[in-house]
Amino acid sequence: MIGGLFIYNHKGEVLISRVYRDDIGRNAVDAFRVNVIHARQQVRSPVTNIARTSFFHVKRSNIWLAAVTKQNVNAAMVFEFLYKMCDVMTAYFGKISEENIKNNFVLIYELLDEILDFGYPQNSETGALKTFITQQGIKSQHQTKEEQSQITSQVTGQIGWRREGIKYRRNELFLDVLESVNLLMSPQGQVLSAHVSGRVVMKSYLSGMPECKFGMNDKIVIEKQGKGTADETGKSELGSGKQSIAIDDCTFHQCVRLSKFDSERSISFIPPDGEFELMRYRTTKDIILPFRVIPLVREVGRTKLEVKVVIKSNFKPSLLAQKIEVRIPTPLNTSGVQVICMKGKAKYKASENAIVWKIKRMAGMKESQISAEIELLPTNDKKKWARPPISMNFEVPFAPSGLKVRYLKVFEPKLNYSDHDVIKWVRYIGRSGIYETRC
Amino acid sequence: MQTDNLELKKLVYLYLMNYAKSQPDMAIMAVNTFVKDCEDPNPLIRALAVRTMGCIRVDKITEYLCEPLRKCLKDEDPYVRKTAAVCVAKLHDINAQLVEDQGFLDTLKDLISDSNPMVVANAVAALSEIAESHPSSNLLDLNPQSINKLLTALNECTEWGQIFILDCLANYMPKDDREAQSICERVTPRLSHANSAVVLSAVKVLMKFMEMLSKDLDYYGTLLKKLAPPLVTLLSAEPELQYVALRNINLIVQKRPEILKHEMKVFFVKYNDPIYVKLEKLDIMIRLASQANIAQVLAELKEYATEVDVDFVRKAVRAIGRCAIKVEQSAERCVSTLLDLIQTKVNYVVQEAIVVIKDIFRKYPNKYESVIATLCENLDSLDEPEARAAMIWIVGEYAERIDNADELLESFLEGFHDESTQVQLQLLTAIVKLFLKKPTETQELVQQVLSLATQDSDNPDLRDRGYIYWRLLSTDPVAAKEVVLAEKPLISEETDLIEPTLLDELICHIGTLASVYHKPPGAFVEGGRGVVHKSLPPRTGSSESAESPDTAPAGVPAADQPSVIPTQGDLLGDLLNLDLGPPVSGPPVATSSVQMGAVDLLGGGLDSLMGGGSGGFAPAPGTAVPSNTGAPLGSGLGDLFDLTGGVGTLSGSYVAPKTVWLPAMKAKGLEISGTFSRQVGSISMDLVLTNKALQVMSDFAIQFNRNSFGLAPAAPLQVHAPLAPNQSVEISLPLNTVGSVMKMDPLNNLQVAVKNNIDVFYFSTLYPLHILFVEDGKMERQMFLATWKDIPNENETQFQIKDCSLNADSVSSKLQGSNIFTIAKRNVEGQDMLYQSLKLTNGIWVLAELRIQPSNPSFTLSLKCRAPEVSQYVYQAYETILKN
Repeated sequence: MIGGLFIYNHKGEVLISRVYRDDIGRNAVDAFRVNVIHARQQVRSPVTNIARTSFFHVKRSNIWLAAVTKQNVNAAMVFEFLYKMCDVMTAYFGKISEENIKNNFVLIYELLDEILDFGYPQNSETGALKTFITQQGIKSQHQTKEEQSQITSQVTGQIGWRREGIKYRRNELFLDVLESVNLLMSPQGQVLSAHVSGRVVMKSYLSGMPECKFGMNDKIVIEKQGKGTADETGKSELGSGKQSIAIDDCTFHQCVRLSKFDSERSISFIPPDGEFELMRYRTTKDIILPFRVIPLVREVGRTKLEVKVVIKSNFKPSLLAQKIEVRIPTPLNTSGVQVICMKGKAKYKASENAIVWKIKRMAGMKESQISAEIELLPTNDKKKWARPPISMNFEVPFAPSGLKVRYLKVFEPKLNYSDHDVIKWVRYIGRSGIYETRC
Repeated sequence: MQTDNLELKKLVYLYLMNYAKSQPDMAIMAVNTFVKDCEDPNPLIRALAVRTMGCIRVDKITEYLCEPLRKCLKDEDPYVRKTAAVCVAKLHDINAQLVEDQGFLDTLKDLISDSNPMVVANAVAALSEIAESHPSSNLLDLNPQSINKLLTALNECTEWGQIFILDCLANYMPKDDREAQSICERVTPRLSHANSAVVLSAVKVLMKFMEMLSKDLDYYGTLLKKLAPPLVTLLSAEPELQYVALRNINLIVQKRPEILKHEMKVFFVKYNDPIYVKLEKLDIMIRLASQANIAQVLAELKEYATEVDVDFVRKAVRAIGRCAIKVEQSAERCVSTLLDLIQTKVNYVVQEAIVVIKDIFRKYPNKYESVIATLCENLDSLDEPEARAAMIWIVGEYAERIDNADELLESFLEGFHDESTQVQLQLLTAIVKLFLKKPTETQELVQQVLSLATQDSDNPDLRDRGYIYWRLLSTDPVAAKEVVLAEKPLISEETDLIEPTLLDELICHIGTLASVYHKPPGAFVEGGRGVVHKSLPPRTGSSESAESPDTAPAGVPAADQPSVIPTQGDLLGDLLNLDLGPPVSGPPVATSSVQMGAVDLLGGGLDSLMGGGSGGFAPAPGTAVPSNTGAPLGSGLGDLFDLTGGVGTLSGSYVAPKTVWLPAMKAKGLEISGTFSRQVGSISMDLVLTNKALQVMSDFAIQFNRNSFGLAPAAPLQVHAPLAPNQSVEISLPLNTVGSVMKMDPLNNLQVAVKNNIDVFYFSTLYPLHILFVEDGKMERQMFLATWKDIPNENETQFQIKDCSLNADSVSSKLQGSNIFTIAKRNVEGQDMLYQSLKLTNGIWVLAELRIQPSNPSFTLSLKCRAPEVSQYVYQAYETILKN
C-alpha cells in the first residue's frame, strides 16, 4: 500500500510530507527530487523505481504530487487516488498552487489523515468529507449525538455520497451532455481514427433521497423495446436523422447501480447533491464530424512554403459553431509569414511555431479558406521538417455522437413532490478533443 | 491534548505521530488521553484515537493499545470499526506476535461478515496484507460462503473498497468451472465503473478465472467480448493511468490476443501523447499487427518515423522490421518503406533501418538482395556498433553479389582496433566468408584480419574465433566452408514475448506495480512481503492438481503458445547465447523447437532443485546453521560449512576445502566439486570438473541464476581441451558482483547451471559470506560511533561463538585476513572488547562488537546492520573463519 505522500513545488522543495509506513525513510523525499524533479532529461515514465522504492507522480501546473511505496501496490489505484486527492483539494480551496497549499497546510494534513489510513484509501467523496472536515473548524462540540452518528453512517454507509435531510424549495436539475470529438485524418481526407468521448454531467438540487432513472437513445435499449423503427419523437434536428446510437462502452459514477445496468441496462441511482459526473461513454460509429479540414502544402524551392487550408462546416445551417481556432504548424526555420484569410483573424505566432486562425462564429454548411506563404531561412540541416498535424478547436451546440437524453425520471416516495414538479434542463455541447489532420 | 476542539486535537495527534519515535518517554505520557478518547461519546474522536495510536510505533505504547483496540473492533459505530480494522494491520506491522496472542486476527475475520460494506472492505484489506507476510497461514481461508459475502459487499462499498475486495478475490481458487463462472458473472458489472483501478482489478479476476472455463462454453465467448470495450476506455483516462493500462494491455494481448485483435486503431499514437504512452502504444501495435490490418499499421509507422523524439523514431523503425518478420505478406512493403526512410538520410533512422533489414534477410533469405546497393551507399554514415556490425554481416553474407565487397570490408579493417568487439567479430567472420567465396582475390585480406585478431588483440573471444578460423582454413578448407557457410535456420517470428511462466504470473498481478514493471514482485520488493508466487489456475479437466496453488501452470497446451526466445539476462537465454557471440553470426540460432525443450528443462530443473533443496537442506529461518553438522547430502548440494580440516591461507581470506556440489550420478557422469575464495579483491569460484562418464566432454559453459548479491561469472568458463573419461580439470572461475539481483532464501544460496555437450545440469550451493567482504571495509572511528548509534536497536542481533580458544590479538589478525577490520580494542573488567567493521560488495556495512573473556571459550558477537537479514550469515562467516 501507499507508504507516503509528498507534495513538492516546482523547485523540488517539499511542501507536504506525510509518511504512513515505516519502510519509507527520510531519504525517499530527496531521492525523488534528485532523480525525477531535477533530472536532466524529460520524464520517461510516471512510475520510477529508485533503490527498490517506487515513486508514482502526477503534476498539476507546477506542483508535483508523489506517492511512494516499497510494496507491490495496485498501481492503477495509486494514480486514481492521486487524481482524487487533487479533486478533493480543488473542491476545498480551488486551484492547486504553491500559495494555496501553504495557506491550507493544516487542512491538507487533516484531509490526508482522513482519506488515507495506513496507506489504504478511505472515503474520499468531497460531499461527505465536507460534513466533518471544515475550513472553519470549531464545529465538533456543537454537534449533537444524532448529527455525529449521521456523519459516520454517511461516511461508511452505502450511500456515502449523499446526506439525509436535504431540502430545496424548488426542485431543479440540469443535465449537460458534454462531448469531445477526436479525429485523426490523413492528408487525403481519409479518417484514420475518430471517436467521441462524452460525459453526462448532472447538477441536482433535489430534496430528500430521490431515486432517479436516466434514459438515452442507446441502441441496445431501443431495440429491446422493439420500437426502434416507428419512433414518435421526430425531433431529429440534426442532419443525421438516426434514432439510436451504438455506445461502445460506458462507465458510471459510483452512485449508479452497476449490477442493474448489467442485467437490464437501465441506469438508476440516488444522485449526490450538487454537481457530479453521472457517466462517461465512448462511441466510434456514425460520428458527425462537425468540420472537415483540407490542407494543401506546397514546397516552392528550399526557402518557401505555400499553405492553403480550407475548412468546411458539416451540420445544420441553423446551428452556429463557436470559438473556432485552426492551428497550422510552421517549420522551425520560418523567417516570415504572409497570411490571407476570408473570415476571422489569422496571426503567425513565432513562439509557438504556428499560424493561429481564429473565427468567432460559423454557421453550418459553410466553407472558409486561409492561404499563407511561409518564408524559410536556408539551413543545412539534413533532417526534414516533421510536419506536425493541423489541429482544430471549436464548440458546437449538439452532440456529435448523436446521443439524446430520452428521459430523467425522479421518484421521491417520502416527500410529496412528483416527477412533474421537478424542473429539468438539458444542454448539449460538442467540443473538439484532439482534432487533427495530417498535412 | 485534552482539548475539545477536534481540529486542534488532530494537530496534536499528528505532532505525536511524528515525534513519538525520537522521544518515546514523552509519548508514553499521552497514553492516558488515548485510552480516554477511545471511550469518547463522539465516534469521530474514538476513531481518531485508535487511528493515531496505531501510528505511534513505540513498543511500550502498543501494549496499552490492545484493550482500547479490542473495544473499538466491536464498537457500535461502523466508522470506528472500519478504522479499528486497519489498526490491526498497523499493530501487526509493529508486533506480529502480539496480534496473534491477543486473538485480533479472529476478530478481524469476523468483521468480514460485518453488516457495513466499508468495514468489510477494510477488514479484507488488512487481512490480505497480514496474510502476505505469512504465506503459509490460511488466514484468508476463502470458501464459497465467504466469497459470497465479499461479492455482496462488492456491490455496496466505496470504489476503494471494491478494489480491496477484487484484489482479494483474485487470490481465490474456485473449485470448478461452474463456481468460476458464477463469480465472473458477478464481477463483470464492475467493468463499467468510472474508477480505472476497479476496472483493472475486475479484469484481473476475469482473466484469471477464465483459465478455468472451457473454451466451448458460450459464456467464454461472451466474456471475451465484454473485456474489450473497458480496456479501450481506459485509454481515454489521464496519461499516467493510460500508461498503467497500456503496460497491462501489453500482457493481456500476449496472453489472449483474441480480445483486442479488432481494436488496432485505438492504439494509434497521438501527437500530444507523452512519450511513455507513445512507446507503449507502439509496442502493442506490433503485437496486434496481422495480415488484415498491416497496411494501416505500416502507414502509421512510417508517419512516426518522422517524429522528433529519437527513441520513439528508432522504435518505430524497428517496428517496421518486426512487422515484416511477423506478417510475411507485408515484407515487401516493409522493405520498400525502410528504403524510403533510408533516403531521408537522417543518421539514426538509417542505422536503425539497416539493423532491421539484416533481420529481414535472416527471415527471407535471397529475396530482397536488390536493396543491398542502396544500403552500401550509406556505409560512411554508420557510427553505431550495432549498425556497423549489421552492415558488415550483410556484406559478408552476400559477398558474391557485391562486386566491391573486398574493398568495403577492407575499409572497415583500417580502424580494426578502434571498433567494438561486436564489430570486430563480425568483420572477422565476414572476411572469412568472403575468402571462402572468392578465394583468389582476398587471400591477403584474410591473412591480415586473422593476424589482427589473433596476434594484436587482447580479447579472448576474438582470438579464439581467429584461431579456429585459421586452423580450419589451413587444415581443411572444405570443412571450413561447411562450417562458416552453413545454411542458417530462419529466425523465429516473435522475439520479444515474455516467457510464458512469467507471463502467467504477471497476469495474476494485473493492475499492480509488477505488471507495470513486467517483473515478478520478488524482483523489486524487499523482504518476504508480497513475494508469494502466484500462478494461474490450471484449465479444468487437465488434472486434479487444481487444489494446489503451487503447481506450475502446465494446463495450457503447449501448441497454443507461441515460441519464445527469452530475453537476454534470463538464465536460459544467456545459456543459449553463450556460444553465439554477437547476435547475427556464427553457429545457428537455436530453432524454436529446441527452445521449447529448453524452457521446460529450465522450469522443471530449477523447480525440482529448489523444492529438493529447501526441503532437506536450507536452514530453518531464524536459526543459525550450526557448523560441523551439515554433511554433504545425497542431493549433491554440498555444505560449505562442513569444515573438515584445511587451514585458510594467510595471504587471502579463508578458503573452505572443496566439497562435491554435483555428484556424477546426477549429471550423467560429470562431477563438480568446488569452493569459493577471495584473494586481493577478486572473488573466484574454484572448481574441479571430473569426467566419470565413458565419453569425452566438451563445450562447457556456466551460468548463475540471479542471486542476492548479483554474483556472476566475470569470464566464460574456459576448459581448453575436451575432458577425456576419468580425467579431471581444475578451473578458477573469476566472479564479479554486477549481475542481476534477486533475493534468495537462504540469502547466500547460489543456483548454477552448467552445460556441456551432453546436457544442461543444475545445482545450488551456499557461498560463505566472507567472500563478499571488501578490502575497504575499515570504517573511521568517528563514523563507527555515529553509525553504531544511528542503527536502531531492533537491528542488533547477538550470537555465541563457542569453543574458540584464540586470544584477542590472534582473533583480530585472523579476521583481518578476511577483511573484517578491528577499529578499536578495549579492555573492560578483564574482558576484551573488539569493535569491528566490514563492508559487503553491495555497500552494506556491518558493525560488530566481539566480547572475549580470557577464561571462557565462548565469545559473544553483537552485530548491527541496516539490513539485519545478513547478520546471521555474517555470524556464520565469523565462525567459519575463527575455527579454521
